[in-house]
Amino acid sequence: MTTHTSQKNTEDAKKMLVDYLQRVDQLKAKDRTLIPPQEMQLLDPELRSHTLDEVAIGFTADQARIEALRCLQCIKKTCVEDCPVSIDIPGFIHHIATGEFENAASVIRQTSLLPSICGRVCPQETQCQAHCTVGRALKDVDKSVAIGRLERFVADWERINGKVKEPEVKPETGKRVAVVGSGPSGLVVAADCRRQGHHVTIFEAFHKLGGVLRYGIPEFRLPNEIIDREIETLRRMGVEFQTNFVVGRTRKLVDLIEKDHFDAVFVGTGAGLPFFMGIEGENLIGVFSANEYLTRANLMHANETGKADTPMFPSKHVAVLGGGNVAMDAARMALRLGAEKVMVIYRRTENEMPARKEEVRHAKEEGVEFRFLENVKRILGNEKKWVQSVECITCELGEPDASGRRRPIEVPGSNFLINVDTVIVAVGNGSNPLISQTTPDMQVNKRGNIIVDEMQKTSIDRIFAGGDIVLGAATVILAMGEGRRAAAAINKMLADEIQREHAT
Amino acid sequence: MKVMAPLIAEERQPGQFIILQTESEYGERIPLTIADADRKEGSITLIFQVVGKTTAQLAQFEAGDDLPAVVGPLGKPTHIQHYGHVVCTGGGIGIAPLYPIAQALKQAGNRITIILGARSKELIILEEEMQAIADECIICTDDGSYGRHAMVTEPLKEQCEKADKPAMVIAIGPPMMMKACAETTKPYGVFTQVSLNTIMVDGTGMCGGCRVNVGNEVKFVCVDGPEFDGHLVDFDNMIARLHAYSDIEKNKYKCFVEEGWKEKMVSQ
Ligand SMILES: Cc1cc2nc3c(=O)[nH]c(=O)nc-3n(C[C@H](O)[C@H](O)[C@H](O)COP(=O)(O)OP(=O)(O)OC[C@H]3O[C@@H](n4cnc5c(N)ncnc54)[C@H](O)[C@@H]3O)c2cc1C
Ligand code: FES
Repeated sequence: MTTHTSQKNTEDAKKMLVDYLQRVDQLKAKDRTLIPPQEMQLLDPELRSHTLDEVAIGFTADQARIEALRCLQCIKKTCVEDCPVSIDIPGFIHHIATGEFENAASVIRQTSLLPSICGRVCPQETQCQAHCTVGRALKDVDKSVAIGRLERFVADWERINGKVKEPEVKPETGKRVAVVGSGPSGLVVAADCRRQGHHVTIFEAFHKLGGVLRYGIPEFRLPNEIIDREIETLRRMGVEFQTNFVVGRTRKLVDLIEKDHFDAVFVGTGAGLPFFMGIEGENLIGVFSANEYLTRANLMHANETGKADTPMFPSKHVAVLGGGNVAMDAARMALRLGAEKVMVIYRRTENEMPARKEEVRHAKEEGVEFRFLENVKRILGNEKKWVQSVECITCELGEPDASGRRRPIEVPGSNFLINVDTVIVAVGNGSNPLISQTTPDMQVNKRGNIIVDEMQKTSIDRIFAGGDIVLGAATVILAMGEGRRAAAAINKMLADEIQREHAT
Repeated sequence: MKVMAPLIAEERQPGQFIILQTESEYGERIPLTIADADRKEGSITLIFQVVGKTTAQLAQFEAGDDLPAVVGPLGKPTHIQHYGHVVCTGGGIGIAPLYPIAQALKQAGNRITIILGARSKELIILEEEMQAIADECIICTDDGSYGRHAMVTEPLKEQCEKADKPAMVIAIGPPMMMKACAETTKPYGVFTQVSLNTIMVDGTGMCGGCRVNVGNEVKFVCVDGPEFDGHLVDFDNMIARLHAYSDIEKNKYKCFVEEGWKEKMVSQ
């Protein structure tokens, strides 16, 4: 068994790079689009489907430089326009092409705080890479410059070579900021507020930090070590952490201000309320929300039988319902936990699937089966109330619905059974109601998302919010973007206050 | 067991619970109800029965040891008001969480009848405390070693048959006992509140592992409960779900006990 990119490829890359570099000044746009897109090294599918090791190994330095040479350095930067945090993409890519990786890293760091995470989990094909000129010239979005992989390469290079600079912290202001939730939005707020010299405490319900990055997204896609690093940086900057602390229960949200005298609070509690399908049999033994399934494995290490106390359900034949990243993660995790057969059942076709393309491809390579245009109608159990099978119905695509995706229409009478012992429901998450239930003055919309203004401020004075709790289940980068905005607003509010205090 | 947890002690209200871990990396998260709290001291009291590895480990903690994770108070507090006559029924270890509720109901001016049940005399806990707040206290044991030789449902039924039948019944104990209590009171139309103790992971409503059918709805015990209308709870489903991991749990406990033995032999 070998990895996808063999020794030969690596040598080819080296030769190719030398060749391109020799005539780099003469490279026309056309020549650049003809440079072959670089393939990222992956673990062998057969091997990796049994371990939690990270699937994508990443670009080599030579590959990264070749890939960077594909960038046309466009005047109109569509990639930057499509990036939620407006990273100067051509800027950092140019530094990669010239081999100045450290400079590339500083360009990214100007706007993004967690590049090693975003490079791994952002849906690039619908963001920066969606309208890349190279991709458009080649009439294939998959042939766009691999911006995400380049970002990841730079961030990893920086980390491995010990070049990550701890952000500077200004002198203490004496102001105190409470951050509720340690997901990406909260981590960004903590960093940005701490930089201005404010004291920051992160309150986290779980015993571990990182939010969905920790308990949702599996190790094989985002190693824990990377999250640990980011948290360690925050700790060194002087951010405090209070784990096992459920705001709303251990302390009411407003009490953080009234009793504990925080000057500002950021709520980044995420979209932690799993939706179920509302079908018959959903409470049988062997039916899980993807959140539960993944939390048991990722956070509680239930996969390590013998070591972990949290039990894992012994699944053999698994049906995963849904077509997003969460469904892909659950399916691939099930394989790694020893399931013999894992099926993703999705109502529409592959084109409408919201999951990152790369994850779908990796899932297929690993042996996950996809059943498109099928919908589960009910789950059947045995006399002990354990799952035995799912009843499916075939669908056809009809007119586009509000989301612009073509609506699946069930074909009457096409019902059939599939034998499974486990069903993982991954049909989305709503916003966690705990804060709103225990904070009467907090305004939420009818979906339960916290309502904020353009500065991320909520209906309560001094309280800001962002990430999935505002957007509904969204993405890491959007959560970070909201965190950035909230932190800027908090920093401004506190700076104004400090100025007023000095004036009097 | 008393645990120093000043914030939980300050905020907790009757009916609420905590989740704890005896090991931070590989430990499991188990819910335990808060039996009592001392705000001044900053402590909460947990009463538990050794039923598996984590509770066995917990029992080995000594005064001064640190618990790696205690989070709470979780769940909605019991709604306390003046109802009139309330029957509080506790079975086995369920007597522990019942105590603060009965106490609060008493303070709210209710007339309290307490029915305590257990397999045998030694398993009746908090009897003195309960006697102190009860207007009437009935004790039953399955084996007749103490009090009435009966199930709690027998005196409960008698209460419901009285002319001044209770305005409300609270039943906390093993699932089978709560189910039986709910079935007993149903024909009399006496509202019966039960407190469910399902398998939990996070305790914040994020995983849905604690879900139960209540009426036609799916509820999450950790955030919507733990108390529900006993006449609407699908106990059969809940009991089946509680046993999802029984075999694994039993095995783990066995290993733990055997390993414990091994360690003891080595140290001797
Ligand atoms: C399995 C899975 C895979 C995903 N894959 C991708 C992907 O590939 N790419 C991508 O961009 N996005 C992905 N997402 C979505 C992405 O992870 C989220 O959009 C993002 O994490 C949201 O960040 P957040 O800061 O809003 O909150 P979260 O990451 O949800 O973190 C919220 C934190 O707050 C804590 N909390 C909640 N309530 C309280 C309380 N009352 N008190 C204290 N703490 C509390 C929670 O325990 C949690 O740690 C995925 C999500 C899941 C579940
Ligand atoms: S324990 Fe996870 S939702 Fe209740």
